[in-house]
Amino acid sequence: MGEKRYVGAPVVKKDAPSLVGGRPVYTEDLAPEGCLVVKVLRSPYAHALIQRIDCQEARKMPGIACILTWEDVPGKRFTMAGQTYPEPSPYDRLILDRRVRFVGDAVAIIAGESNQAVDKAMKRIKVTYQELDPVLDFRAAKDHAVLVHPEDNWKSLAPVGADNRRNLCASGIDEKGDVDSILASCAHKVEQTYHVKANQQAMMETFRAYSYLDTYGRLNMVASTQVPFHVRRILAHALDIPKSKIRVIKPRIGGGFGAKQTVVAEVYPAIVTWLTGKPAQIIYSRYESQIASSPRHEMEIRVRVGCDQEGILKAIDVYTLSNTGAYGEHGPTTVGLSGHKSIPLYRTEAFRFAYDVVYTNRMSSGAYRGYGATQGIFAVESAVNELADQIHMDPVAFREKNMVRQGDVMPAYYGEQAMSCTLNQCMSQAAEMIGWKEKFPCRDMGNGKVRGVGVAMAMQGSAISGVDVGSVAMKINDDGFYTLMVGCSDMGTGCDTILAQMAADCMDCDLEDIVVHGTDTDISPYDSGSYASSTTYLTGMAVMKACESLREKILKKAAQYLNCDEAELEFDGRKVRQVKGEKEISLKDIGNQIMCNNEEALAAWESHTSPISPPPFMVGMAEVEVDKETGEVELIDYVAVVDCGTVINPNLARVQTEGGIGQGIGMTLYEDVTYTEKGQMLENSFMQYKLPTRQDVGKVRVEFAPSYEPSGPFGAKSIGEIVINTPAPAIASAVCHATRVQVRELPITAEKLCRGMHPEWFGHGSPT
Amino acid sequence: MIQAKEYVRPSSLEEAYQLCRRRSSVVAGGMMWLKMENIQKQTIIDLSGLGLAGIEEDEEQFRIGAMTTLRMLETHPGLNQEFDGIFRECTRHIVGVQFRNGATVGGSIYGRFGFSDILTCLLALDAYVELYYGGVMPLAQFAAIPRSITERNILVRILIKKDGRRAAYRTVRRASTDFPLLACCVAKKGGQWQISLGARPQRAKAVVISENEESCGAEGWEEQEAIRIAKEGVKAFSFGSNLRGSGEYRRVLAELLIRRLARQLQGQGEAGSGMGSGREQSKNGTMTESDQSRKEDNRR
Amino acid sequence: MKIQFQLNGKPVQAEIQPDTILLDLVRKMGCKSVKRGCETSNCGLCTVWMDEKPVLSCSVLAARAEGRRITTLEGLEKEAQEAGRYLAEEGGEQCGFCSPGFLMNVLAMERELDSPDEEEIKEYLAGNLCRCSGYMSQLRAVKRYLNRRKEG
Repeated sequence: MGEKRYVGAPVVKKDAPSLVGGRPVYTEDLAPEGCLVVKVLRSPYAHALIQRIDCQEARKMPGIACILTWEDVPGKRFTMAGQTYPEPSPYDRLILDRRVRFVGDAVAIIAGESNQAVDKAMKRIKVTYQELDPVLDFRAAKDHAVLVHPEDNWKSLAPVGADNRRNLCASGIDEKGDVDSILASCAHKVEQTYHVKANQQAMMETFRAYSYLDTYGRLNMVASTQVPFHVRRILAHALDIPKSKIRVIKPRIGGGFGAKQTVVAEVYPAIVTWLTGKPAQIIYSRYESQIASSPRHEMEIRVRVGCDQEGILKAIDVYTLSNTGAYGEHGPTTVGLSGHKSIPLYRTEAFRFAYDVVYTNRMSSGAYRGYGATQGIFAVESAVNELADQIHMDPVAFREKNMVRQGDVMPAYYGEQAMSCTLNQCMSQAAEMIGWKEKFPCRDMGNGKVRGVGVAMAMQGSAISGVDVGSVAMKINDDGFYTLMVGCSDMGTGCDTILAQMAADCMDCDLEDIVVHGTDTDISPYDSGSYASSTTYLTGMAVMKACESLREKILKKAAQYLNCDEAELEFDGRKVRQVKGEKEISLKDIGNQIMCNNEEALAAWESHTSPISPPPFMVGMAEVEVDKETGEVELIDYVAVVDCGTVINPNLARVQTEGGIGQGIGMTLYEDVTYTEKGQMLENSFMQYKLPTRQDVGKVRVEFAPSYEPSGPFGAKSIGEIVINTPAPAIASAVCHATRVQVRELPITAEKLCRGMHPEWFGHGSPT
Repeated sequence: MIQAKEYVRPSSLEEAYQLCRRRSSVVAGGMMWLKMENIQKQTIIDLSGLGLAGIEEDEEQFRIGAMTTLRMLETHPGLNQEFDGIFRECTRHIVGVQFRNGATVGGSIYGRFGFSDILTCLLALDAYVELYYGGVMPLAQFAAIPRSITERNILVRILIKKDGRRAAYRTVRRASTDFPLLACCVAKKGGQWQISLGARPQRAKAVVISENEESCGAEGWEEQEAIRIAKEGVKAFSFGSNLRGSGEYRRVLAELLIRRLARQLQGQGEAGSGMGSGREQSKNGTMTESDQSRKEDNRR
Repeated sequence: MKIQFQLNGKPVQAEIQPDTILLDLVRKMGCKSVKRGCETSNCGLCTVWMDEKPVLSCSVLAARAEGRRITTLEGLEKEAQEAGRYLAEEGGEQCGFCSPGFLMNVLAMERELDSPDEEEIKEYLAGNLCRCSGYMSQLRAVKRYLNRRKEG
């Protein structure tokens, strides 16, 4: 391997011309003409049993191909969570169930020739429901008299403390040291509870998939998914057919953010195609994507933190109550991150992390960027900010005394050692960028407005240690260009390009010489998929390994063609030549010669897994301006400094960071989730669920403080998820410094601040 | 999604009116709201062939055709000069430019939506509506009638008199292009204050409060007068709760906004001073004070 | 019913239903760049031009296209690639699903506004949602694109 030409360079994404040119490269664009339109009839009740479902009339409607109810689907339970088998998420789903468990749960599948035909038929399905008492309050769900999953064939494959007879999807505890007695001896303490709601990923392309039978009668599924291989397994479970009968292809996908790590929509066209033999397509409306999908787990987190007179943090105690909703997808795993990726940010003598994950009759939750760490970091970082405020210590200084440093062993992070960590540098750099010293804690602007600043730190992991597998296959073609076959899922993040950058530097070739083939389960090597911040770190290592073994094979083959010993040879990316001698052969010639009279394929196939999950770190700082009367908040400035190890592509890493912060700002200030008393979710469209627009995100400025991670490709760690974690605690603290109102339930709204600042104006009072 | 069996683009108002007499028909303005309604109709009547998209200005008034888009209101120099830029202010937060190129003033006013910025704004200006059947009536009267009663009629134009009033507009929104949590328009003409509040969340209405001439001139009287107007004004309205905010908060905001807008108007010159009241016209439309302060922020 | 209009500069005819939506019609006619991201006129993904003005094709009856000029990204290929290049050079296209609607509005803005400043750009483009980018890279790209002649 020679000099790095591409790693570290702001390379334009390989698919950019197609994407900006509006080319037909997404699922819906590619679906064949004449696909059956598949739609789902959804429950109006939060909890009910279907007593009778009469589809006779509907089935006779013109253009209807099939209507399926719970009586028509396999009775084996499965999970839609895109996780490595055996999944930690309980097997609690059927494609259609007689018991419906949230408003929006699937009742029947209708497939027909057109939207209109299907809509008409849907209206003719007569369902008689027996309404049941729902469990809507997640604080009362554990050991509730009403069970969300009373069925006997519910099962949990992993020891996660799940018990369907107690509405428990998971439960557990992890601790070190005597937290209670240490906290009791602390000079200063904060005990507070923080609440994050079930925010939606809201990727611009809603859930969608189409399926057809191929020449061999196999079910082919083209899906907008982050986890093609998991889709194959899950469909096999759901349809109760062999995995060999299924092929999954991932085209370009219009964003995922974790939403598409759950098989939300694929089962519906799959069963239609499997039963009718006809191509079928489902496209979720935005409404469905809002009410029946896979949002963030709502969590309420109680935090206790204590420090001594000098501001040395002694102990952290975290209890998380997580609401998985009607089904358990990602329930047992997201909760873990709420403690394991918040507590280790600090050196403390003791910690405790306990949790319960409960079933309720609300929309099922799933994976959303940050995956529980976001909720935990909002809670722990807010509590730390409150503690610093309480002892009148600058929260930056407080963190500098207590933060994790490179070389530290992190007991609350499975005892892993931080081999690469520039968190301290991130802190000083961010403080410099925002002008912390001049601005902390607040400045009255003299026009009825006040500005405050706030800070937060974050960490995440890089892949799931000891579980995730990244694989690539790489082959040489005629004229010596390479095909890099990957099993991960580029969802707009640019991983196809980043992996090609790494491969080009490993092979000392031009980026154009690497053709990347995105995922097809029949062709691509097995990869767990693009989630858990794994692709750059894990699949990147697989690329390095594959390139290394391919280089060996090239030398070996060249030695054969040149009739010399391979130890005499070197490969510079273009030619193989004798180090001391005249013989040489070009890669082009090798590529062409192997097409004739050859018995060994010039290809390499490598997998990688990691026993550790090195955390990236970052610091975010916010400056807000608050109207002292109305409580309106404007985000003025947000700065972030990230340690993601080596930055493979500075442009894409920057946009990841800006985008994650944008979503973090959204959940902090705008995106609310509320339910009616009957359990109906009200923010069911973009009219009601307010994503931030470009006028709502202020100015976001990003810099990097790279460390070098010895276990990562070129020293890289992850970046995809960590970037969503700092806005909530940093903005909440900035707002608190401006107003003295600490908001502990997101989103932070003008009304909450107005009430906090001016309680006397409410009730019988008024502003004047 | 709306469904219909027939589409007609009438070439005369009479034809449109006759078509709309039928219960099974529906008039399409900008289609922004209509397309979301889950209804089935026989006929969609498209008014886009009647030349109603435009703003006419003469010495006495503005005549705004029903098919005038919100974007046309937003960027019309005459309207914004006459009324201190409030047409830009009351439109620029509505979804986006593309939306405002589609949505029509007729649709906004005919729909009488609770969240309507346009209705809130026009009510403070004593605007009139011209109906094909029934002629001209005050907007306040039209806005107060339930929609069902005027359903079978065609809204042709909005008329706004140039009566020298000053006006100011302000909303509170949970996100920049969201519906308003509360919309407030205050206008002043002679000794009369006209206050319009929308998104309470009920549809907008307006009240008139007379200036207290006795207090005039005393130390700090302007602030006192603004407080009085705000307190009086709020009493005339009821406030309710929805996803965006509680009735209590709306009441607090209403008082704050009326007071602020009244102060803003007190600080401005008399009628005819036009854009000279501390504002400048930018190359891309009229500039409001909030733009100005934001720009200053960005220069930091 | 039958309508005639100009699609990307070429006269075309189409057989439509009275309630056909323009978005569905232009996709059916091969303009797959036009995307749908919501049902409530909020996302801007479906932006096309009607007589050179940017509109939401999800909210326009196809029947209204009669006699009008409809332009999609397919009809602005050179411009789209040029503006798109600036976006890609910032890494700002990300998943790309909102890019066509966004670029349609950027190109409309370029025609309508004279050297807009940052606030004017943000306001003009506020109706184009993007969930990937956090908007900063888009702003950098638009500013560079608009200044391209100065940049040389």
